[in-house]
Amino acid sequence: MSRETLIDLLYLFSATTFVLALKGLGSPKRARYGNMVAAFGMLVAIVATFFKYVDGHALYHVPLMLLAMFIGLIVAVPVARFVKMTAMPQLVAIFNGVGGGAASLVSITEFVHIKSTHPATYVILEVLLGVLIGTVSFAGSAIAFAKLQELMTGRPVTYPGQQVINGVVGLASLALIVTILVTSSEPLLWVLLGLAFVLGVIFVLPIGGADVPVLISLLNAFTGLAVAASGFTLGSNLLIVAGTLVGASGILLTRLMSKAMGRSLPNILFSAFGATVTASGDTQRADGRSVRSGTPEDIAILLGFASRVVFVPGYGLAVSQGQHVLRELADELEKRGIEVFYGIHPVAGRMPGHMNVLLAEANVPYEQLVEMDEANSELQTADVCLVVGANDTVNPAATDDKTSPIYGMPIIHADLAENVVFLKRSMRPGFAGIENELLYNPKTTLVFGDAKDTLTKMVAAVKAS
Amino acid sequence: MGNVLLQYATVLMLAIFVGIEIIAKVPSILHTPLMSGSNAIHGVILVGSMLILGGATTNLQEVLGFLAVILATLNVVGGFVVTDRMLEMFKPKTAKAVEKKDEVAP
Repeated sequence: MSRETLIDLLYLFSATTFVLALKGLGSPKRARYGNMVAAFGMLVAIVATFFKYVDGHALYHVPLMLLAMFIGLIVAVPVARFVKMTAMPQLVAIFNGVGGGAASLVSITEFVHIKSTHPATYVILEVLLGVLIGTVSFAGSAIAFAKLQELMTGRPVTYPGQQVINGVVGLASLALIVTILVTSSEPLLWVLLGLAFVLGVIFVLPIGGADVPVLISLLNAFTGLAVAASGFTLGSNLLIVAGTLVGASGILLTRLMSKAMGRSLPNILFSAFGATVTASGDTQRADGRSVRSGTPEDIAILLGFASRVVFVPGYGLAVSQGQHVLRELADELEKRGIEVFYGIHPVAGRMPGHMNVLLAEANVPYEQLVEMDEANSELQTADVCLVVGANDTVNPAATDDKTSPIYGMPIIHADLAENVVFLKRSMRPGFAGIENELLYNPKTTLVFGDAKDTLTKMVAAVKAS
Repeated sequence: MGNVLLQYATVLMLAIFVGIEIIAKVPSILHTPLMSGSNAIHGVILVGSMLILGGATTNLQEVLGFLAVILATLNVVGGFVVTDRMLEMFKPKTAKAVEKKDEVAP
């Protein structure tokens, strides 16, 4: 068997492990195993590549290559290992962005490398697509990272004529691609690189913090497509298969996520959702109704008399790192024979399934986590619904108010429970920037303060009772 | 446009269908690990980056290839480690005894 055939066979093996890994991620039991299988397949592919011939010679610059890998390794491992679980979304964003950047660089370098051989038009097209998509993914992910890390405002950034400017830059990129296809000009390729970078930035700016997860999923798919495009240029089946798998699954995942938010993808990407804050943030409404606030001890008593309690956790819980204390509270209540469930909204936290990860980290038993529809049927017989750091996902305006920007979004109907308790930092509205009528409902009690502090006091009060 | 391109296009089409089929059945609680896991998989661009650096004949190509290998390594390593850390949290129900031990520890 020739050397090239053997390497190609190993690549085939790697591609197979990637498919198996994605398959494994479909069940909680096999997911971790699946990820390890993919990591092993990746290692095989990387080692095999060291023995590959390029243009009829063994790889040049192997020491330099090892140095670059070493740099990547010593940066990535500590970052990935020690960053807090709440910061996961921005980590995924940044690791996705660098992948897009790498794909873009690969495409550019290949163009520089082969341009003297007068490549066919379709080869140049592959290069250009790789550069455009990869760079948009890189720049977009960087802005998404900045938004989630709160290096810049999480609210949509808008300015007059935004749609027009975005459209012009988009069209200019396309025009440039056509020009390069005709002229095979290298300087213009660098202009395209810059333009794609600008496009990535201005594309992401108007997207609000709540929608950024959907965006990351889309950019993840973009990077996959950029990798597939590089695969075409380099003539590598492995890159085409892996890139396309990620591209196709990423686009589907993006659609599932926007569906969970009850909105269409174009609406998420182009409507600058949440740019205007319509909520007053006052404890008193114009019509004289006001919110009722209570102390953690009041709530502990209320919980003590309940027989069925549903927790609805949101991002505020994650921010205050209160998930462990929440589990403690659940344990205390269960000791008293009170049934406890966690109602998980599909987009609770910052990414779909993010809340499940955070609660699993706090050792919350898997069977207590119920999905939205089941939570809503549990809530009909629940005595208390404890909303911890969530807001938009329990806002009844989504079903009642046709004029509301979140109208149509599926919500957890906290208002079905006998009593509703909100643990909130302040009257500040959620990501959507709108008023929540439920806060003013007569059966609602608010406890202001950091979720973790409040929960700690509640645990103490329940224990003492 | 030769046979090779057609071959690649065939692979592309099949990969699209496989990608869609596999993902359609993933439960929503695993969406985050899935996104992260597929993020790690597109780190396979490292293989492309290695080929680019390994074939570099000018300083410009060397610099670009070097940068590409660093970025791609970040993607691969970070992607897999983050995903593993997330999935570590999804313990099977039989691991309760182990959890109890954790609680005793400070």
